[in-house]
Amino acid sequence: MVEQKEKSDRNAVIKVTDLVKRFGGRAVLSGVNLEVHPGETMVIMGGSGCGKSTLLRHMIGSIMPDEGSVALFGQDITQLDARGLDEIRKRFGILFQSGALFNSLTVAENVALPMREHTDLDEDTIEIMVRMKLELVGLRYAADLVPAEISGGMKKRAGLARAIALDPEILFYDEPSAGLDPVTSAEIDQLMMDLSRKIGVASVVVTHEMDSAFRIADRMAMLESGRMLKIAPRVEFEQLRDGEPTGDEMTDLMRQFLRGDSQGPITDRRMKGGYEEDILEAAEGKATRRR
Amino acid sequence: MPDGPRRNVVQALGAGVLGGIEYFGGMSLLLVKASRRAVLGLFTTREKFSGAGLAEQMVRLGIKSLPIVVLVQVFIGVILALQLTPPLALYGQESQISAIIGVAGFRMLGPIITAVVLSGFAGASIAAEIGTMVVAEEIEAMTAMAINPIRYLVVPRIIATLIATILLAVVADLMIAVGGYITARLVLGPYVYTHYWRYMRDMLVYKDFYTGLIMAAVFGVLVSLIACHEGLKVRGGAEGVGKATTMTVVYSIVAIIISACIFTVIFYVYEL
Repeated sequence: MVEQKEKSDRNAVIKVTDLVKRFGGRAVLSGVNLEVHPGETMVIMGGSGCGKSTLLRHMIGSIMPDEGSVALFGQDITQLDARGLDEIRKRFGILFQSGALFNSLTVAENVALPMREHTDLDEDTIEIMVRMKLELVGLRYAADLVPAEISGGMKKRAGLARAIALDPEILFYDEPSAGLDPVTSAEIDQLMMDLSRKIGVASVVVTHEMDSAFRIADRMAMLESGRMLKIAPRVEFEQLRDGEPTGDEMTDLMRQFLRGDSQGPITDRRMKGGYEEDILEAAEGKATRRR
Repeated sequence: MPDGPRRNVVQALGAGVLGGIEYFGGMSLLLVKASRRAVLGLFTTREKFSGAGLAEQMVRLGIKSLPIVVLVQVFIGVILALQLTPPLALYGQESQISAIIGVAGFRMLGPIITAVVLSGFAGASIAAEIGTMVVAEEIEAMTAMAINPIRYLVVPRIIATLIATILLAVVADLMIAVGGYITARLVLGPYVYTHYWRYMRDMLVYKDFYTGLIMAAVFGVLVSLIACHEGLKVRGGAEGVGKATTMTVVYSIVAIIISACIFTVIFYVYEL
């Protein structure tokens, strides 16, 4: 058992250990652990405000944790200086929720930007590589359009082409199907699976779209109120989703989320939500302030 | 314990002072960071420096504001000539108007009015552009792609505005003089315009010219620095962008006038 654990440690491209993050005294992440192995697609699920986006932003070095560590390629990025962090950043790509394309640049220029900034390739080579990347996401015909001229789905694809510009070893996806129609969303899923097969990257996907999650995941992780409830292969989550309620609150909570049911522990808790306590707390707070 | 309103005044004053210090500190920090990146980019190979990016900004911030600078400065020349000739005529010295226009234009009005025009033209547009990028999470994306926004966005804009302001100030100086001459030809008569250029040359010294350009350079840095700082600290959507644009123009003009006063003291009171 111990041996097996050590082996997995060595292989992990991402290793998040005991991550704690508080915003204004409120813990958004309280002791999260996660490992992602080379080539696998890890889907992180959870409701709005569960901390999944915060977790993602820790993994890309946008925010630093209060406690714990985030290691990418075996290097703890919380200990790196700006230069070291930038070196790590060149080894992964990110698809942002909105695509986050640079609006003043054309699609082709957006994809070319990381190459122009981080490599010494000449312009001709860059142009060929840009065309190859755009072909991979099926967007070669839109190379010279600016982001304002293309649809939401195309923006995502262009963002994806930019994310793979430097042949990353990890790809991060922030809500890849948010705001897309079901067909376009399925197309993006297909594209993500193709890419992970073709270029063998490890993918980390943050989403709350369960259809998409079950299509693309190798393993899945369920985050709730800043705690990791379960990390398991997709099959286990499928069994959980399709099985009967167990009576265990956490399991049923996950089951409700996976099925998207309107009734279950999540909604019950929200309803119960200690109405009396809320009222009493408010009154008490007022009294404290007056004192 | 002081009663409510009095405490609030003190609090407001304290908050204002702290806010001012924080603002000034933030801007100084940005200047230091940008200067470091600029030096590394220009003189070493450690940082990438995009000549094409700089040229693009020069066209956008400098060349495009040329027509409006010319227009405004010609009118400044016209106004000076029309306003100051009658008082000079009282002493029979209206032929000396070109000397006064030269000194006022080269030392002060050329650089100042140019910088004010640029604060509206270039400054507001930089603040709006960078502010919009912040709102669209483009800056965060840039950082996550290991592209430093200060190097990629701030440095070319500051250098472009700096060069543009100096060059535009040269044009501005000439346009003020031309504006005065046009007025003399059309309105003031041969007694004024016959020796217009000679009297101007006799009065002007090199110092008038280069102190003006030093000021223009500083104004250029101030305007672009304030614009970038305002743009980068935008929070909260379109409203924030609008506020940043407005505040850029307001702070720029205040900074231009105050620094012009400081320079006048340095150059013409202490004669440095």
